[in-house]
Amino acid sequence: MNTYHATITITLRKGILDVQGKTVEHALHATDFPMISHLRIGKYVELTVEAENKTTAHSLVEDACRKLIANPIMEDFSISLNELQVENV
Amino acid sequence: MKYGIVRFPGSNCDHDAFYTASQNGTAEYLWHKDTTIPKGIDCIILPGGFSYGDYLRCGAIARFSPIMREVVTFANRGGLVIGICNGFQILTEAGLLPGVLLRNSSLNFVCRDVFLSVANNTTPFTSALKPNQIVRIPVAHGDGNYYADNETIAKLETNNQVVFRYSDAEGRLTEAANPNGSINNIAGIINERGNVLGMMPHPERYSDDLLGCSDGKAVFQSLELFDKSNSAKMVEPTSY
Repeated sequence: MNTYHATITITLRKGILDVQGKTVEHALHATDFPMISHLRIGKYVELTVEAENKTTAHSLVEDACRKLIANPIMEDFSISLNELQVENV
Repeated sequence: MKYGIVRFPGSNCDHDAFYTASQNGTAEYLWHKDTTIPKGIDCIILPGGFSYGDYLRCGAIARFSPIMREVVTFANRGGLVIGICNGFQILTEAGLLPGVLLRNSSLNFVCRDVFLSVANNTTPFTSALKPNQIVRIPVAHGDGNYYADNETIAKLETNNQVVFRYSDAEGRLTEAANPNGSINNIAGIINERGNVLGMMPHPERYSDDLLGCSDGKAVFQSLELFDKSNSAKMVEPTSY
């Protein structure tokens, strides 16, 4: 078994207006940052998972995202995985 | 009608739901860790509140409570279920109702009276109301912005599954009357089978004349009417 560290980024789905993101973007435009756009606010989740290999680890985390961590009706998520060395666990 | 009121850690409308249910029928509390629903319960209420602190998403953790497995089974057998506010959020997370409740478009927690227009009075929850009747019911939520994809919304509308819409006092479905940005001013929906209701407004909070308004009582009166009409009763007596 290997241990993997996963970071998960969750944002509202593309078609859904991110009111919070828009508000922050407007505030930036009102200050010194008119060049900033497409700002979206989401959630960050990290976890470790034990699995035979990276593919299995990814599919386990993806399953957890679909079942609980994210709500696919309103959220998109992306997963980034790194194998942890024993001394880092 | 015998009501079961589920208490999750963080429920805070359980007493109000219990009081109102008791005025109209009999009620008992159910605990989130319970693994059975007592015999004789006709209607389960998932009350408002902040179950599990609204951690992750409203209703997301409550959905995995042991009692929710039983609630899903109960609903699938035709038992009546009402989710109010946080209860509505739990029902969508549990997949008993379609769609999801997003953050209010204003980003504010909205706590005030709203007017609702009755969009469907042919349900067990609304038969004591007239079509397009206007009722005044309070809302108190930060995440009540009903959203579903276009296909789901079209299906809800075609099947007459929208039960309540936010309106003004004259029944106009305006943007100003919509406290949270819900699509089509949707305030409450039922499932396709018609035995599961989810609504953001709190009928239990306006169900006693002492409170200055008792418009919410109609939901419970409707259920009593439904209970008395044996022919329409959907739950087999032996189920629970």
